Amino acid sequence: MNALLRYASPILFVVVIATFGVLSPKFMTADNALNILVQSAPVGIVTIGMTFVLLTASVDLSVGAIMFLAAAIAGKMLQADMPLSVALGAMLVIGVTSGGINAAFIARLRIAPFVVTLAFLFIGRGVALTITQTRAMNLPESFLRLGSARIVGVPLPLLIFGMMLLIAHATLTRTPFGRQLYALGHNPVTARKAGLNTSLLLASVFLISGFCAALGAILSLAQLGAVSPKFGEAYEFKAIAAAVLGGASLFGGRGTVLPGTLLGVVLIQSVEAGLVILNADPYLYPIITAAIIFIAVLIDSGRNTLLERLGRRRIRNDSAQA
Amino acid sequence: MNTISAIEFSGISKSFAGVPVLRGISFKLGAGRTLGLVGENGAGKSTLMNILGGNLLPDTGGMVLGGTPYTPQDPTDAARAGVAFIHQELNLFANLSIAENLFLAALPRMGSMPWIDRRALHDRTATLLGQVGLAIAPETLVEQLSAGERQLVEIARALALEARLIILDEPTTSLSVRETETLFSLLRRLQARGIALIYISHLLEHVRQLCHDLVVLRDGEVVAQGPIEAYDTPAIISAMVGRSLTRLYPERRGASTTVPLLEVRSLTQLHIVRDISFTVHRGEVLGIFGLMGAGRSELARILFGLDSAQYGEVRMREKVINRREGPRERMERGLAFLTEDRRHEGLCLEASIADNLALVSLREHARTPLRLLDRNTWQQAISTIRAAVRLTAKVSDAQSVQTLSGGNQQKVILGKWLLAKPEVLILDEPTRGVDVGARFELYQLILDLADRGAGVLMISSEIEELTGLCDRILVMSQGEIRGNFPRTEFSRERLLVAALPREAHA
Repeated sequence: MNALLRYASPILFVVVIATFGVLSPKFMTADNALNILVQSAPVGIVTIGMTFVLLTASVDLSVGAIMFLAAAIAGKMLQADMPLSVALGAMLVIGVTSGGINAAFIARLRIAPFVVTLAFLFIGRGVALTITQTRAMNLPESFLRLGSARIVGVPLPLLIFGMMLLIAHATLTRTPFGRQLYALGHNPVTARKAGLNTSLLLASVFLISGFCAALGAILSLAQLGAVSPKFGEAYEFKAIAAAVLGGASLFGGRGTVLPGTLLGVVLIQSVEAGLVILNADPYLYPIITAAIIFIAVLIDSGRNTLLERLGRRRIRNDSAQA
Repeated sequence: MNTISAIEFSGISKSFAGVPVLRGISFKLGAGRTLGLVGENGAGKSTLMNILGGNLLPDTGGMVLGGTPYTPQDPTDAARAGVAFIHQELNLFANLSIAENLFLAALPRMGSMPWIDRRALHDRTATLLGQVGLAIAPETLVEQLSAGERQLVEIARALALEARLIILDEPTTSLSVRETETLFSLLRRLQARGIALIYISHLLEHVRQLCHDLVVLRDGEVVAQGPIEAYDTPAIISAMVGRSLTRLYPERRGASTTVPLLEVRSLTQLHIVRDISFTVHRGEVLGIFGLMGAGRSELARILFGLDSAQYGEVRMREKVINRREGPRERMERGLAFLTEDRRHEGLCLEASIADNLALVSLREHARTPLRLLDRNTWQQAISTIRAAVRLTAKVSDAQSVQTLSGGNQQKVILGKWLLAKPEVLILDEPTRGVDVGARFELYQLILDLADRGAGVLMISSEIEELTGLCDRILVMSQGEIRGNFPRTEFSRERLLVAALPREAHA
């Protein structure tokens, strides 16, 4: 049971891949695998940011809204014939600024992340809808070329996703900042006692999440070619689900980018791709995705109950079979 | 040796909400010496050590550390000054490696690069682990370590901070005999290095084995101090207990019967309690005395169905309670439980007095066919119970309970349970943080309940309170019942001796 909970995500991953592989021979092809990876890039990058947030036992519900806000403003800029590079730069700045607004309320005013980012979700989407006047905006060809560009044979979105994974992984495992995030998520009171600047740590994960949301939005737009009024919708839940599927705990202190986040994102994307290949009824998609998210959360809470039971304070030293 | 003390307290006083906890504490500890700090629960040991560790500020008085005035504002100040506090609940990050735990706030970097210098981290950690005698790889996760190993890691962390004074609060509670021996030989090596130690424990044999000096606290004052050789164990106990305080207890009108109400037989939960058997009779006030961590609250939680037990049987009015029954089923059988954690588990702090009072008996007032609340009978019940528990008249029913004093909050909780008309009421530290006047009223309510034929199981760390109220007292230690004293055999010394943990013979 213990091992099953610990390795739940890889097991689930293998089960899903095997199921689709059996159901459709087209699923197990190199082309399809590459396709799934490229399509994973946008949500994958958003999930990287979400993993940082979850590590501190917080949550960021505003990532979808940040994506839409950045996309809406960039769309307007491009319609006004501004250069692509300026619009892309603006998107990243909007992402970091939005994260900064969240961070200010959470770390400085100590308001619960759930409340702050939920408010940003509605306000951000509202502002973006006002900017776009709820109309879809088509993006120039140059934007779409980003999505299909290849560098030494590797699709650009995949290259960016891969680089982000490596940077995030190195940050979490190899820098003091990364290790301190784990400490903060494990126990904020003890972390403060150990001399950590917990407010700064907490603030920085929301900046990172905002940046990742904006970068994810760029890659997503490069695949879609247009900003629709529904752009970025429900991305927060997809990202949380992918992070949790990859082993991040909603209770903080546990989770990895490699292999965790990558595994979770590819798993969710594989399910969608598999359903497309099988020509499944589109109404089934949300049901099946939701079922997998539900299983992931179930596993997470099971894992925590188990850990809690193992961590219960002992009064006596009974031998195991007393 | 030089004459500079490692630490010197002079005239430290501290009050909480007007209640003095420390009164003019003065003593000093020589460099490289080890001080045993003993006293009953509530004697002021923790408060004093929290002042030393920078968690609390003293009201008056000062400290001198290694010859210089020492006024820590927070734990970081204390750490910088070389004072390390190893709490009973360890402050380690189980999800990080040993090395990361030791150097968390100052992880070594590769020059100006952002990356951790793993080699340096590994080497420094290995050196420290060598000093504490722990032969485990520095990158091992703390969650994989045993309790004893974690204790050693805490000490290594103190050494990483170059601590000159280490406070250890009950460090052996969760250790096996072997682990305790390892810890002691390490502490002796630290003594030899000139590090001063303050060792807090109820295990007097350990204190005698390890310490050079002794300070006994009682009611916030130093009642005995000097070299440990001057005190044998009985002398330490009598200093801890002292002359009994004269406190008033209400007179008992009724008496215990021999009709069994709650019968507990061989109740056992691995690592928590072992072979617990006793009976609460109709009209009886049965006390459970024990030191902190003796397993009393855990027993209460098991009896109320909040935690599970592996073996044994509990009967209520001669009917066996199924092991799987939760609090709700047990309430229906007539059990009630007043938890020790008043603020978190006993009350809905932001809710009103009326809502808190009505909480467990709400269903009785749902009379109409639609099961809607009958406001009239509800209001009536609340007025009656408010009068019965003598809740202060100054507050309205609608006021939120967080505005009440501790004593009045406790009356609300007691009122809540009295409304459910319990047959057996389990009370866990009902008077903690309650002032003397309100205590008397709570005692009166408890005795009235017994006089009306209910059984009361009262857990307390205060011997006076139990000897003043109970018909019989059980003593718990290390998860077992170690004594059963009828009223005629009450003696503070005997109760305390029974409550002291024994060294395990494994």
